Amino acid sequence: MAVTFLQPGSPTRRFLGDFRESWIATGALAVVVLIVLLAVFAPWITPQDPYDIANLSLADARRPPGFVGSEGYVHVLGTDAQGRDLLSAILFGLRISLEMGLAAGLFSFVLGASLGILAAYLGGRFETAIMRFVDLQLSFPAILLALVLVALLGQGKGQLIVALVAAQYAYFARTAFGAAATERRKDYVEAAAATPLSGRRIILRHLLPNALPPLIVVATVQVANAIALEATLSFLGLGLPETEPSLGMLIANGFQYMMNGRYWISVYPGIALIVLIVAINLVGDQIRDQLNPRLRR
Amino acid sequence: MSAAFVSIAQVSKRFAPHLSLGDKLAAKLGGAVETRAVKAVTDVSLAIRRGETLGLVGESGCGKSTLGRLVAGITSPDAGVVELEGAPIRARGRKTTTRIQTVFQDPFASLDPRMRVGDTIAEGPLAHGLVPAGEGAKAFARRWLGTVGLEPDYVDRFPHQFSGGQRQRIAIARALAMKPDVLVCDEPVASLDVSIQAQIINLFLDLRRRLDLTMLFISHDLGVVRHLCDRVAVMYLGRIVEIGPTAELYGAPKHPYARALLEAVPKIEGGRAVFKPISGEIPSPLDPPPGCAFNPRCPLATDLCRAELPALRELAPDWRAACHYAR
Repeated sequence: MAVTFLQPGSPTRRFLGDFRESWIATGALAVVVLIVLLAVFAPWITPQDPYDIANLSLADARRPPGFVGSEGYVHVLGTDAQGRDLLSAILFGLRISLEMGLAAGLFSFVLGASLGILAAYLGGRFETAIMRFVDLQLSFPAILLALVLVALLGQGKGQLIVALVAAQYAYFARTAFGAAATERRKDYVEAAAATPLSGRRIILRHLLPNALPPLIVVATVQVANAIALEATLSFLGLGLPETEPSLGMLIANGFQYMMNGRYWISVYPGIALIVLIVAINLVGDQIRDQLNPRLRR
Repeated sequence: MSAAFVSIAQVSKRFAPHLSLGDKLAAKLGGAVETRAVKAVTDVSLAIRRGETLGLVGESGCGKSTLGRLVAGITSPDAGVVELEGAPIRARGRKTTTRIQTVFQDPFASLDPRMRVGDTIAEGPLAHGLVPAGEGAKAFARRWLGTVGLEPDYVDRFPHQFSGGQRQRIAIARALAMKPDVLVCDEPVASLDVSIQAQIINLFLDLRRRLDLTMLFISHDLGVVRHLCDRVAVMYLGRIVEIGPTAELYGAPKHPYARALLEAVPKIEGGRAVFKPISGEIPSPLDPPPGCAFNPRCPLATDLCRAELPALRELAPDWRAACHYAR
């Protein structure tokens, strides 16, 4: 079968064309792609493996950007408190941050969208129970919930993802419910029920595809939020264990040296984090603008 | 009465307002919260005979669409039952028959905007095993597009690439692809241009003959109903007030409301368009008047009409009206 969705005039093609018209969004998307590529290929492009204990060198510790270390290469962004190359540490940190953000985003998407669409389809008591619980949770700060869960579950990648999903699925559930409840009332859903088609088919083939656009917007924004949330938890020392230094932990490690002028240990990981989050949000904003029919030209 | 193919027996449907906890509390404390239910359809009994087209007419809000949805099996009645050849069409909160299909009013809303029209047509038959999956389903959808007068090569297009009339043809193809015996049409031409309406009505006439369909045709357009239907039922405020053969009923309606409705159709007399609107508003279905529901607007109403609900009486062969004074 031909790739029909890229035919001229197809919605996907038009969507990509509109996206390219905004140079900010295109630039942001390029940045996101670049960061993802850097993170994925970090083991092959960084001068040093920051996890290798052999690379710890106290003689090279806390050196400023541009310092030529004892191993003979330039530490472009300086070194951290243990003498590791900061650029390498940042790229490996991005890897972990992105991994956590994407995993948390994906699982919250699946859980939240399922609950939201199911609530919209079934209505009645199920809807009331699910959506009131979601509302209750949305009125509670996400960071506080994540903190409590990490404290209960302990440290580790799996535990942290559970905490992030628990803090974030509610946004997906709310959005999915709103979109699906609107679609639910439309004639084509009634037509499907009048055929009759099974509830499973109505949900998967009609409600889900039509509720998807707003969910994609929430997904981009929530990946960025998950990364920020994970960084916050790691900064507070409650996120990942020492063996998995994400960006948040790098910032925390350099924090104590901020006051005596060794700014780079905290600031460069911080800049990397900000650039990543802002770029993802800009892409998400553009998608939202394009999917909102009222903003359509 | 001759044998009923679709039988609608003492069917009622009410819509209670959806009250939140706060509303309930406010209502208990005497707040101005509407707690009464709308009686959309009250105690309607009808028989649709095999092969006939029954027209259902009435003003907006008289319950004709709700009755259509009950016959189509989309909603369940609060009381009464709808049966097809003696078997209920719904069981345990679900529609159980595929032999009754529906064409909806607005073809811009009734087609899934994200589904190719070929998939829309083949979806039901695929789900019920009427066609094999794969290329067979596609050929099936192409055949149906041809049957309703569209280009078979349109199967891979999306609804937004079609005009209103074309979409309604697709919706008709979707309904007929299920091989129904009964087609419920809820104002299927009301949202189309007049020139397109004629095409769609001719399509209905053609398909009805070829596929031996039984139809319930809901419309507020009396001209369309006269053209298409064997019998007509007139609804007012949730009840059938008159039902009879189309030609006779149009010629000499027995119920004052049916008469008023037919007189309200603009006619050209002596080169001038004249029509007589029915005076007054349709009463609120929240609070129907006692007695005959038409009594506040009826020029012939008496104390009896204000006190006692008239039953649907047989006044001539196959012709019944619910009026104390109809002869």
